Amino acid sequence: MMRLFQRHGVAYQASLLGVVTLVASAALALAAHHTRAPIAAAEARDLEASLSQVLPTDFSDNALATDTLLLTDADGATVKVYRARKGAEVRGVIYQVTGKGYAGPIAIVMGVDRDGTILGVRVTKHTETPGLGDKVDAAKSDWILAFNGKSLAEPQPARWAVKKDGGEFDQFTGATITPRAVVKAVKQGLAFFASHRAELLEDGPTAIRGAAR
Amino acid sequence: MNGSRFGVVQDGLWRNNVVLVQLLAMCPTMAITSTATNGLGMGLATTAVLAASNSLIASIRNWVSPDVRIPVFVVLIATLVTLVDLSMNAWLHDLYKVLGLFIALIVVNCAILGRAEAFASKSPVGASFLDGVAMGLGFTFALTLIGAVREILGTGTLFSGASLLLGPAFAPLELTVIPEYKGFLLLILPPGGFLVFGFLLAGKRTLEGRLRRRDAAVATSAPTLPKAGAAP
Repeated sequence: MMRLFQRHGVAYQASLLGVVTLVASAALALAAHHTRAPIAAAEARDLEASLSQVLPTDFSDNALATDTLLLTDADGATVKVYRARKGAEVRGVIYQVTGKGYAGPIAIVMGVDRDGTILGVRVTKHTETPGLGDKVDAAKSDWILAFNGKSLAEPQPARWAVKKDGGEFDQFTGATITPRAVVKAVKQGLAFFASHRAELLEDGPTAIRGAAR
Repeated sequence: MNGSRFGVVQDGLWRNNVVLVQLLAMCPTMAITSTATNGLGMGLATTAVLAASNSLIASIRNWVSPDVRIPVFVVLIATLVTLVDLSMNAWLHDLYKVLGLFIALIVVNCAILGRAEAFASKSPVGASFLDGVAMGLGFTFALTLIGAVREILGTGTLFSGASLLLGPAFAPLELTVIPEYKGFLLLILPPGGFLVFGFLLAGKRTLEGRLRRRDAAVATSAPTLPKAGAAP
């Protein structure tokens, strides 16, 4: 019977596996617990930074990350809208749209002014192929700046596509799916603005924020 | 002891190079090496994980029964990579934004399990750590080399994005080797990775064959040569 507990015994091996998985789970749980707050803080900093990136300098004077509004888009998903104000007037709105990239979702932040013209677009999170699809990232290439000043009227809706599909926007060598996904997501973002224009631009005091949800 | 240490380093860097000799870790190699910078980033991240996993596994090698060693190693390596991933995300967030992409890929790197199995499970902690570092640097070297060839021929640049990975001080590393280059798509896509890799393997074989023949020639002709000191 003692053989069970030797190194080749089943009992030894089972308890070894048990102990190893237990220690591993404990380490992971501990790490997840301790890193949750710093990771959330780092992501909040990234958010603030990317929100101000899609606005021209001195465009607003309010705290972007807290002046928010919750709306429901065409697919029934909730969209969090950040409002850029100067004084009481809402001068523009910032919200996130998601594109279906080659290797997963692409998170895109876009800023739009009162007339529905794009102030700026940035990709904040993606898992596209390094060296190919990651050129949508402003740090890697200027491609994303091509959206500045565009609106649903300019260019024409049919031209809201990559050049390969007869549109306005460049694709990348070896990666068409990624820019195509970004163009499509930004276009949908503009459609979202058009259908919610009144709610988005309501100048009311911050109380509206609470009423929205 | 010094001799075997040196042997471990030589094995890792060249004689038993993970990519060029063992032909392991092809998946991350082909996926990552579209630029030299990406190759370097992946290599350095892997080196860190490899050194840590080798040390960890060497330190518990006497308790791990051979029959269940593989699941134990897999669990430990996956845990280690996840810990690195979480702590970098939390405390080195800027670096994580650049390297984060690579870290998750390290889990599927069979070279790590390979070294755990072939070296760390039979060797003391110090030697295993050294083996991890040497193998990791050999991996970094191979990845950066493949990345550099693919990047130069594919897009005409070298080390583009290096300042993002290593800091602004390394911006001068970013070169445009071929100005006004239209790009050669095949080399950036995975088939280009295999092509460059094949040529590099052939090149390494040829180089080693030459060296061996030269050594053999020197060995056979040496006795007839006058002593070096006696030559006028």
